[in-house]
Amino acid sequence: MTDILDALLGLGDKLAAHVILAAAAIALGIAIALPLAVWASRSQPVAKIALGFASLVQTIPALALLALFFPILLSLRAVFGEGLPTLGFLPALLALALYALLPILRNAVTAREHMAAGVLEAADGVGMTGWQKLRMVEAPLAAPYIMAGIRTAAVWTIGAATLSTTIGQPSLGDPIFAGLQTQNWALVLAGCIASAGLAIIADTLLGAVERGFAERKKWLIWGGGAIALLGIAASAWALRAQSNDDAVVIGAKSFSEQYILAQLVGQRLEDAGYAVEYRDGLGSAVVHNAVTTGAIDIAFDYTGTIWTNQLGRTDNPGREETYQTIAAWERETTGTRVLGRLGFENAYALAMRQDRAAQLGIVTMEDLARAAPNLTIGGDVEFFERPEWIAVRDAYSLKFADQRNFTSTFMYDALTGGEADVISAYTSDGRVAADKLVIIEDIKGAFPSYDAIVLLSPDTAQDAKLVAILEPLMGAIDVDAMRRANFAVDRLDNKKSPRAAAEELARDIGL
Amino acid sequence: MPRTAQSSPSGPAQNVLTFTGVTKQFGEVMAVDNVSLAIAARSFVALVGTSGSGKSTLLKTINRLIEPDAGTVCLDSTDVRDMAAPALRRRIGYVFQGIGLFPHMTVAENIAIGPRVAGERLPQSRIDELLDGVELDGSYASRMPSELSGGQRQRIGVARALAGDPQVLLMDEPFGALDPVTRAALGIRVRALHDRLGLSTVMVTHDMAEALLLADRVLVMEQGRIIADNSPKELLGGAGGDTAQGLVSVPRDQAKALAGLTP
Repeated sequence: MTDILDALLGLGDKLAAHVILAAAAIALGIAIALPLAVWASRSQPVAKIALGFASLVQTIPALALLALFFPILLSLRAVFGEGLPTLGFLPALLALALYALLPILRNAVTAREHMAAGVLEAADGVGMTGWQKLRMVEAPLAAPYIMAGIRTAAVWTIGAATLSTTIGQPSLGDPIFAGLQTQNWALVLAGCIASAGLAIIADTLLGAVERGFAERKKWLIWGGGAIALLGIAASAWALRAQSNDDAVVIGAKSFSEQYILAQLVGQRLEDAGYAVEYRDGLGSAVVHNAVTTGAIDIAFDYTGTIWTNQLGRTDNPGREETYQTIAAWERETTGTRVLGRLGFENAYALAMRQDRAAQLGIVTMEDLARAAPNLTIGGDVEFFERPEWIAVRDAYSLKFADQRNFTSTFMYDALTGGEADVISAYTSDGRVAADKLVIIEDIKGAFPSYDAIVLLSPDTAQDAKLVAILEPLMGAIDVDAMRRANFAVDRLDNKKSPRAAAEELARDIGL
Repeated sequence: MPRTAQSSPSGPAQNVLTFTGVTKQFGEVMAVDNVSLAIAARSFVALVGTSGSGKSTLLKTINRLIEPDAGTVCLDSTDVRDMAAPALRRRIGYVFQGIGLFPHMTVAENIAIGPRVAGERLPQSRIDELLDGVELDGSYASRMPSELSGGQRQRIGVARALAGDPQVLLMDEPFGALDPVTRAALGIRVRALHDRLGLSTVMVTHDMAEALLLADRVLVMEQGRIIADNSPKELLGGAGGDTAQGLVSVPRDQAKALAGLTP
């Protein structure tokens, strides 16, 4: 319990960021929905199109909607210039506002449709202009229904805002994603409790406003509204106090190794007097674009990932040449600087339990291919879509009886628990050794190499002082050191936070 | 009660409303078919007909709740289309079967709404006077419409229609939804107000008895045309043709039957 309490107490700035994001998204949703509802009430085709569009948006999973705004905003840079942010607050705001649209719009349109015909006829009959009718009759009569819609929108938005972590916007999703990844359930629960608590508070306050409108009690409307605004203002003030444009932003994908590396680099920079911000839990696809466009300053990636996903290559020229090709390609096409290799590989590899592999006589991928038709393979959520898998599958003609997706954390549990016979493991993962797994030999070299590299955004690459601080890290981390650090975070007993693991790793490698 | 044009203060008969070739079609249905008609100032005219005869449509062309396809309607010899609809409607009181009190406003706010939208504040004394005109006391001013009976609501509807000192009062089946006792009382009350305020009133009703008892002039409509235009006396004397007499016969026969039952 004290773990959860400690985690909750550490969520202040995430909570503030969450409040501001959700409030801004709801405000934008209202600002779009209400004029649209007025227009819809005067035109049947508009009502159909607007409600159809809002419903369609609702069918897109929130996670996908958030991610979709990255390419949309990237393409809009052609119109608005390079200054348009593609990650963080703006895409999160736009996606969540779209999400908030439907309940507000639908309630407003329904309220208008069900308004007594006699009342509307009377409004015309007494000589109201269109505007007076809207202001004096339609708006006050629809207000309780619209408020009910706003309430629904608020609860949805507060929940969905936790997903904005994946596109680099700090929120209460940060502890949830980080905790899920590192199996730190106290952190996950703290994030869920904070987000649910916020939703309940918002619902209660807006419920008071709704009742105020329905029962015509002005004090309820003003009271509920004032408390809500006070909370938003307090959040804005809290964020203002700590926002820092000059801070170095370090991005991390959503797994332990990345969190640890971010902390390792961050600590060096903090010691040198830099202000550092962390964007943890970014979607893997987002990170590369984020660093090339300067949305983040420092990122960690793997040569094999860039090789296949950015360069679109399927061949495997060997570890050294892959690295050199990527460094040159980044320099020429994106202006991003590949600072160097950290010294270890985090390769994709297929792994099995030792006992099971021995029982089936599997040592190499060719052995596996023979046994595959009776086996189930488990992969992380993106594995089966990745070109590496397709290359490996085709190289060995792998045909499994079944294939299943797990989050990378649960993948190992699935293997030990027998839910899967083979998984797409990562070679630097501490659990490979801890769970007594065996890596199946890729005798044809179908998987590319996955040297961990440090990427600096074009602007950050100019910072000689920063480069000098990071340079000692190059080639300094061997795979065993990284495995130990990863396992310290991933293991279930005596877990370490990524920051503590990073400190230990720094000592381990002699920094 | 011979009240026709002769009671006009400015001597010769003045027409407050003039219809010229007014036509309105809804899809295939000819709701109003080329109606030309003049209504004298200060007269109380009843428009009678069965459902679908076009009487409500014709009435609503006056305050432009319905715009005719052809023809013109003039108020005081000005074409109603030359006035902005809100400005026109503020000069015309409008009472209808649906009543349409604003449920989020008190009785006083409902009554004062017409002047308010015209930018005028109605003093409390005037609201009391209007309430008194429909036989309700001042204590009703602060009530909400949901606290009132149907009859009380329509009284407020009438008070609201009269708040802007209109020259013309239009009523569309105003008492249709009320119980017979309330209906008779409110009818008499409205007729008294009409006389006292020097209004020009057009009332749509399907009830010939009501028309005969309240109006100076009864127009009978059928399939969008006016087929009879007589005083109540003339109608009771057998004028107006078959359709009109068919409508008149209903209350007459009831009266006879009732007389027969009287011990």
